[in-house]
Amino acid sequence: MYELDYLDHLESEAIHIMREVAGQFEKPALLFSGGKDSITLVHLALKAFRPGKFPFPLVHIDTGHNFPEALRFRDELAASIDEKLVVRQVGDTIKAKGLTEPKGKFASRNALQTFTLLDTIEEFGFDACIGGARRDEEKARAKERIFSVRDEFGQWDPKLQRPELWNTYNGRINKGENVRVFPISNWTELDIWNYIRREKIALPSIYFAHEREVLEHEGQLVATSEFIQLEPGDKVSTKTVRYRTVGDMTCTAAVESSASSIDDIIREIIATKTSERGETRIDDKVSEAAMEDRKKNGYF
Amino acid sequence: MDLLRFITAGSVDDGKSTLIGRLLYDSKSIMIDQLEAIERQSKNKEEGEIDLALLTDGLRAEREQGITIDVAYKYFSTPKRKFIIADAPGHIQYTRNMVTGASNSDLIIILIDARSGVVEQTRRHSIIASLLKLPHVVVAINKMDLVEHSQDVFNNIVIDYAAMAKSLGLEQVTYIPISALNGDNIVEKSTAISWYEGPSLLKVLENVQVQKDINLTHARFPVQYVIRPQTEELHDYRGYAGKLVSGVYKKGDTVTILPSGTSTTISAIETGGKQVEEAFAPQSIILHLADDVDVSRGDVIVKSDDLPSVGQDLEVLLCWMDSKPLVAGRKYLLQLNSTLVKSVVKEISYKVDVNTLEQHQAPEQAVLNDIVKVVIKTAKPVAFDAYEKLRVNGGAILIDETSHVTVGACMIQ
Repeated sequence: MYELDYLDHLESEAIHIMREVAGQFEKPALLFSGGKDSITLVHLALKAFRPGKFPFPLVHIDTGHNFPEALRFRDELAASIDEKLVVRQVGDTIKAKGLTEPKGKFASRNALQTFTLLDTIEEFGFDACIGGARRDEEKARAKERIFSVRDEFGQWDPKLQRPELWNTYNGRINKGENVRVFPISNWTELDIWNYIRREKIALPSIYFAHEREVLEHEGQLVATSEFIQLEPGDKVSTKTVRYRTVGDMTCTAAVESSASSIDDIIREIIATKTSERGETRIDDKVSEAAMEDRKKNGYF
Repeated sequence: MDLLRFITAGSVDDGKSTLIGRLLYDSKSIMIDQLEAIERQSKNKEEGEIDLALLTDGLRAEREQGITIDVAYKYFSTPKRKFIIADAPGHIQYTRNMVTGASNSDLIIILIDARSGVVEQTRRHSIIASLLKLPHVVVAINKMDLVEHSQDVFNNIVIDYAAMAKSLGLEQVTYIPISALNGDNIVEKSTAISWYEGPSLLKVLENVQVQKDINLTHARFPVQYVIRPQTEELHDYRGYAGKLVSGVYKKGDTVTILPSGTSTTISAIETGGKQVEEAFAPQSIILHLADDVDVSRGDVIVKSDDLPSVGQDLEVLLCWMDSKPLVAGRKYLLQLNSTLVKSVVKEISYKVDVNTLEQHQAPEQAVLNDIVKVVIKTAKPVAFDAYEKLRVNGGAILIDETSHVTVGACMIQ
């Protein structure tokens, strides 16, 4: 009679983690990109803190290479729930610090995001940043704690992680350090979609099938945009696609799909033989430890 | 569909990683690109062998050194259940990592190599499972293919283990003969081990009853955060947000706020923005109280007819997790759910030998991976239960006040 579904378990755990952040930290933030995982975080925050206001702003580190649909959704969502949205531009950091932009066909600002993120943490004095990373995404993430302590340079040291016991989260830090908090660590991609379906959470249109001009590159479909240099001989065509993850236009690939509803998407994900990041993220393929290395440097 | 969290234990060569790889592989939770990645790294790929163990070693240093450094979490589901595996390393920093992984698990799989039977490691795993009060134990007797699938070998190991389990007070023990390498009795029943009539490992994992492990008798609600919108229309709104760690609360219940001891009644319960008549563990909820009483983070709201202990002197079984030794007289922060209080370790009473369970009297200090009985005095009264009675309100951590590291896992006696 008193039984909870697995999604209720995951939801309750995530709300508990968010409230621990509210209870333990002075200046938290919620990292919000307009993708499905961070949209789910916002939904969970509504459940954790309404009718009160969020005890943190939404913070987006904008590379300038985002999908316009995701940015529009980001702004509309923040306005509709009447919560504060802080946006900081990677382009501004590049100018101010004289950073060198990566070159090449799929030059991605993904790694440069870390500079802006760390600057933003310093600017506002954030002591905790809630993020939508999941342990099923990537093998280095499978190793990360729910409360992940970063040093004053934002670095993660996988060998010096605090043991995490029972449901007790230790958020004690020294000034200058901060904690990255991952309330949906224990969710898988399919859990997220099942939850989105159950809770009727709205998403940016690019998650659903639409026609788009794409460049075919090593088996991946990359949207053409002003950020990608086309070369003679490039195979460009219009296809019906959708996105499994929403990152930068330069490093996120689309999948061919006619899935136009959440039910369709769930059917596709159950049937797929390729992982979310494997299918769609170009940035993870740089090396075997690409994500681990980025995280050690302060990436979220 | 519900949720089972489990931990796997076994020494280095018992095939733990292979077992996890096999569970993920046979339940189709490994994707092609992930398989291709481990294929690339597998040393014997020319012979067509994929090293499933590589799936669980996520860090560069782990792959370079071929060792597991830290607990990793893995996920898979069947139509019946979602599973969370805490994959704790088998060798270095042994006790500490197992305690970490076991602290939020409902079940432990203890792997035994059929060729060696019950060994010192098996005993150590089982002792930790008994200290942590894991409700379910599955003994997977692995490498049955290397003992010609012998029923006698299996039976003898069962007899040995059962005797030990009894002495440790482990109650729910299930035995399965498996070959993780060949996939015998992992997901499907094995034809090679034809004499075994029980279910496959996955069937056991799917069917073990975990719902009854959630304590619905003793109601405990640690307050995490007070929600006060202070807007015009919600001027008087004051909700106590938290997770019901155990028990059931109904509107109208008489409750006591600890440690102060003030009593009042529950005037409303909210979950997900809706008012409900009752709530139960482990739901995250907002409670409203009939009287305007002083309640803040760290307080525990309990039913007045079922109070936990309240006091400043705690007898604790402690697993020490820091490389700096524990010395009696040192001060630490103790965190029990949302309660954070200064405390002092007054005395180390004895050390538990995790190989024999024997007690060694009054050691001068405890070092990394030691399990010791200590007496802790807290600066303020704390509301707690004995870990044995109620895991969720009897397990606490000790935090070093200067390094802020979690240095100890406390099971309050």
